[in-house]
Amino acid sequence: MPEPAVIPTLAFDKVTVEYRSRSTVHRALTELSFEVAPGEAYGLVGESGCGKSTAAFAAMRYLGEGAQIAQGSIRFEGVDIGTLRPAELRALRGRRMAMVYQDPMSSLNPVMTIGRQLAEVPLLHGERDRKKAWDRAVALLSEVEIPDPQGIMARYPHELSGGQQQRVVIAMALMTDPTLLILDEPTTGLDVTVEAAVLDLVLRLRQRHNTAVLFISHNLGAVARVCDRVGVLYAGRLVEEGPVHEVFRDPRHSYTRGLLACLPSISARNGRSLVSIPGSMTAEARTTPACAFAPRCELAEDRCRRSSVPLEPIPGSATHRARCLRAGETVVRKILPAPARGSAREMPSALVISKLEKIYEVEGGLLRRRYRVEALKDVSLTVRRGSTLAIVGESGSGKSTIGRILLGLTEADGGAIRFDGIELGRTPLDHRPLDLRRRLQMIFQNPDSTLNPSHTIGFALMRPLRRLRGLSREEAHREAIRLLELVQLPADLMSRRPDRLSGGQKQRVAIARALAAEPSLVVADEPVSALDVSVQAAVVNLLGELQTRSRLSLVFISHDLGLVRHVADDVAVLYRGRVVEYGPVEAVFSPPFHPYTEALLSAVPSVEASARGQTVRLHDPVPIRSPASSTGGCAFAERCPQRISGLCDTTVPARREVAPGHEIACHLIGNAAECDRSRGQPILSEGAN
Amino acid sequence: MTTDTSAAPPRRIPFPRLAPALAGSPAAVTGLCIVGFWVLVALLAPVAAPYDPNQNNLAALADPTPSAAHWLGTDQFGRDILSRIMWGARTVLAIAPIAVAAATLLGAFLGLVAGYLRGWVDAAIARVCDVILSFPVIILYLVILAKFGASALNIVLVIAVTKAPIIFRIVRGVTMELRQREYVSAARMRGESFWYVLAVEILPNIRGPLSVDVCLRLGYTTIAIGVLGFLGIGLPPPDPDWGGMVKESYSLIFVWPHMALFPSLAVSSLVIGFNLLAIGLREGQRRA
Amino acid sequence: MIRYLLKQLAYMAATLLAVSFLVFALNEFAPGDVARKILGAYATQEQVDALTAELGLDRPLLVRYVEYLGRVFRGDLGESLIYKAPVADVLWDRLGNTLYLAAIAFAVVVPLSIMLGTLAGMREGSIMDRGISLFGVFVASVPEFAMGVFLASVFAVWLGWLPGTSQLTSGAGWSIASQLVLPVAVMVLYDMGYLVAMIRASMVEVMRQPYVRTAVLKGMSMPRVIFRHALRNAMIAPFTVILLQINYLVAGVVVVETVFAYPGFGRMMLEAALAKDIALIEAGALVAVFIAMLTQFVGDIGYAALDPRIRI
Repeated sequence: MPEPAVIPTLAFDKVTVEYRSRSTVHRALTELSFEVAPGEAYGLVGESGCGKSTAAFAAMRYLGEGAQIAQGSIRFEGVDIGTLRPAELRALRGRRMAMVYQDPMSSLNPVMTIGRQLAEVPLLHGERDRKKAWDRAVALLSEVEIPDPQGIMARYPHELSGGQQQRVVIAMALMTDPTLLILDEPTTGLDVTVEAAVLDLVLRLRQRHNTAVLFISHNLGAVARVCDRVGVLYAGRLVEEGPVHEVFRDPRHSYTRGLLACLPSISARNGRSLVSIPGSMTAEARTTPACAFAPRCELAEDRCRRSSVPLEPIPGSATHRARCLRAGETVVRKILPAPARGSAREMPSALVISKLEKIYEVEGGLLRRRYRVEALKDVSLTVRRGSTLAIVGESGSGKSTIGRILLGLTEADGGAIRFDGIELGRTPLDHRPLDLRRRLQMIFQNPDSTLNPSHTIGFALMRPLRRLRGLSREEAHREAIRLLELVQLPADLMSRRPDRLSGGQKQRVAIARALAAEPSLVVADEPVSALDVSVQAAVVNLLGELQTRSRLSLVFISHDLGLVRHVADDVAVLYRGRVVEYGPVEAVFSPPFHPYTEALLSAVPSVEASARGQTVRLHDPVPIRSPASSTGGCAFAERCPQRISGLCDTTVPARREVAPGHEIACHLIGNAAECDRSRGQPILSEGAN
Repeated sequence: MTTDTSAAPPRRIPFPRLAPALAGSPAAVTGLCIVGFWVLVALLAPVAAPYDPNQNNLAALADPTPSAAHWLGTDQFGRDILSRIMWGARTVLAIAPIAVAAATLLGAFLGLVAGYLRGWVDAAIARVCDVILSFPVIILYLVILAKFGASALNIVLVIAVTKAPIIFRIVRGVTMELRQREYVSAARMRGESFWYVLAVEILPNIRGPLSVDVCLRLGYTTIAIGVLGFLGIGLPPPDPDWGGMVKESYSLIFVWPHMALFPSLAVSSLVIGFNLLAIGLREGQRRA
Repeated sequence: MIRYLLKQLAYMAATLLAVSFLVFALNEFAPGDVARKILGAYATQEQVDALTAELGLDRPLLVRYVEYLGRVFRGDLGESLIYKAPVADVLWDRLGNTLYLAAIAFAVVVPLSIMLGTLAGMREGSIMDRGISLFGVFVASVPEFAMGVFLASVFAVWLGWLPGTSQLTSGAGWSIASQLVLPVAVMVLYDMGYLVAMIRASMVEVMRQPYVRTAVLKGMSMPRVIFRHALRNAMIAPFTVILLQINYLVAGVVVVETVFAYPGFGRMMLEAALAKDIALIEAGALVAVFIAMLTQFVGDIGYAALDPRIRI
């Protein structure tokens, strides 16, 4: 904890940031105060639009066009950076404060080699000797654990995987041994196993270099893993602050409480409905003098809406503060039971996928050689009527391809799919009868492109009603309004266009559009991954509720294990087009594991303190286009920490049933007798208690 | 669980409502005024032009410079330049929009089909367009017009054929991007026909970039028509056409510069008008 | 790489072939015209038919085209009607003049446009940006013949500093250099409007990229950010367009050459077209397309050299 005598590395003092355009003033931060002590890691968390990135860039005095610090001051090692001359500021940036960005690919110059981009940092800050700068770059690349640092120096950013790119950006930030490292959503967009490795790296580096860290993230788990203290931002205001485990264990502000409750936990399926925070952040919330969260708060009283609320210490704690009038009270959250599910075990199967195969030809390399990439190989799955099958995997696993084949957007190259007695795999979209189209619906990932911006919501809902169900104009209109009610949206949205809707609203409309057809099977491809966590839960719950009500079968494609644990009856884990583990959700989430499932589960950053225990870490994956990825054996062998050489890299493991309905494709499991599982202790055991 | 009913702030208006989009941009307002002025001139030419544009006033030849009788003077044949410019506006503002409309229809249609279907259809159309584009436009004009002769119809055809590939490229690019959108997949899964998807799901979202380009194309076409006139392969004389007026009088520039100057100013101002309008539209779309 | 080059060359050859056939067909589809042209309006139909047969023009188009190709490959481009000389002689002479003019214009317009485009695009919406952009719109909006009129009125007629024509003869006491100033100025101004807009747009786009932010936050000064990080990226998109300007400068200068009575390739094509000098038109069109293909080819290679993400 910072001692009073020490000058903090970074101090925000009542900082208000505003974006001004010709006609409007948009406030991004309101009187934000916090301090980062030397060597301390401070996390700023919040959802999109809370102002956390603005805070990060304000610390570097790099705000966009029209943005300005309207009030307050930001001090770096005691110096008000607002008063610095341009040359002084330049001497600070990149040397004593450095930044790691979201989206590493676009943060690196595409036409410069990694080496030049790295070596240029010390050369800018006084280093004369090019050779020394170059050597330092190589040293840092090996410190961020990139294989073959010398070779990487001559590469261009696009030749690296996402994880490697972020490692390069981190190395770049550390080139001059800065005293403050700002990380702005450094793992957003990375796969969960890669994210875990990058977070570990940050943790190690900050301890080794004793660098102060300002960590900006929407991911509470990531913050819990890396930070000492955390500040929670809502609508540009700090609503709660304190030691990270205290805040996450015992949150005092309603918003923090809500945010934590929203997180689906991977450690246990506790039979409750996912929690969501009602409403969404409005523009007024940024400027109101009273509690900004009051409009969405279940505990709000009149005084919350009337008077301004100070950030005050929690009784009994010197360092934990909250901006909530009811922070001292103990709140018992109403726990809604999860909607009752009929036992789906005995239901007949609605969809049977057997030995599905899909091959892409990819051009790559200097000579434009064509590579065959097996996007799907030997995928066999079953969805029982009224149940949910979750397909889990990281990017490139082929999980979306399954959805696209089901819907006819892509054709399979082999295998069969039987849906209500119809063969789908080789029925191209154009040849599917109308009734089949009606019974099979899809919910897409991207709220911004799921609805046509040129059409009203009414049009989007009425078109399938009229086309697929043959309703008249009036009937369709009535039915569309009913559907909107069903997804809890007001009827006056009918005449609106999608650009007037929030992301959550758009996904609700997308659900309504899918339900308009009265389908029997819905494929939901990452339906909530683009939404904030507080909105996510509401959409997932809605989906679950509607599924129970209309006895829908659901194929839920997701990368989010926590979410999957909540919604799924059965889970299939995909790695590079192959099902490595498949079974009932409880079986998949408990040992024995496929090593990949194990790594996935231990990679998910958790807010629970105990989760900082033993972990399984994988190497960054080899880019899928490269020829190296097409080995003869197990697809996971190259990253597997328990690989048996001579077996795993030569022979494809068969799927074996380890328990009724629970299948794992792994040589380790198959040879359970020979392979004593003492090496692979059940890692998640502590998460389960 | 309650709903998130509060709407997000407006971000993007799919098709700019013209008036508000243009009002905020000085460039657009200026452009609109200039184009509006010329449209008015063209419309009113039959009533407002002081003289018959082809009538030779031999008396004025003594001093063809601007005077009270001939505000902009006369040309070397004693024809009133103001009247000829006014009638010339009719020529340009009739041919240019028709030619651009033809090019846009052709280019947008091919662009939609090629961008949506991809594959060999796309490759074939794109290749033909590449060839047309790689052919120096003026040489193409020369070859075609020398063969078939100059007439309004031939000018329209030539311009349509040479401008369509540019519009094709723009529309094809946007279509290729839009076809990846999930709402297009949703429409296809609904069993909508090929033409429905193109016309209802994709076309409305292309109007924005297309409208900007139409303005730019109008400007370039005005230049092209002027150039054809100037080279003597435009409309056959004596009908007034700005480029032709410059051609006839350029050799006299040392004696009577006004004869070439006024039509040059006319054509330049109209093109500036179109281009400013295009800039305004683009700004408006970005802001909205 | 080599495969790509060969593919491009084959494509170029195919296009050249197709275009030459089109031009050939267009001009020689009605063969009677040629004989009529030679014999004049008063010849009888029999005379025309006789000459048509004598010239071999009554044979199928394809046969004649193949023959024509054979002659072209032997270097025989035919005889020009209007110049009463072998096409090759006229063509190379005029092309030389035009290349001379085009080279000067290119050497001026490219650096100037890059400079102005970069200055305008590095801070979108700044006064400099608005000024340069507006200037660009104005010069791009004035057709070359109108720009010729304006410049000649001021510098030749009013000020008398420069000649109004550029016939490349030192007759009227103007040096060759002074004769080139106005044509080059017109070409540069007209072309610049377009190039500046392209480069500016690309620069604006690049300046919005996160890697520029990365460079700034490394502690780099703005000029350094522009030169080291932004410029090369900003040149990738307009590069092909810049090379295409060679195309315009060589073949599209008809207007400028006509305005200033410059004895170049474009004016030759115009005269040939007006006089239906078919041999000359065909040869000229071939050359024009060849130059176009060549610039495109060079453009593709240069593009790949600029952008390491492109592999050819």
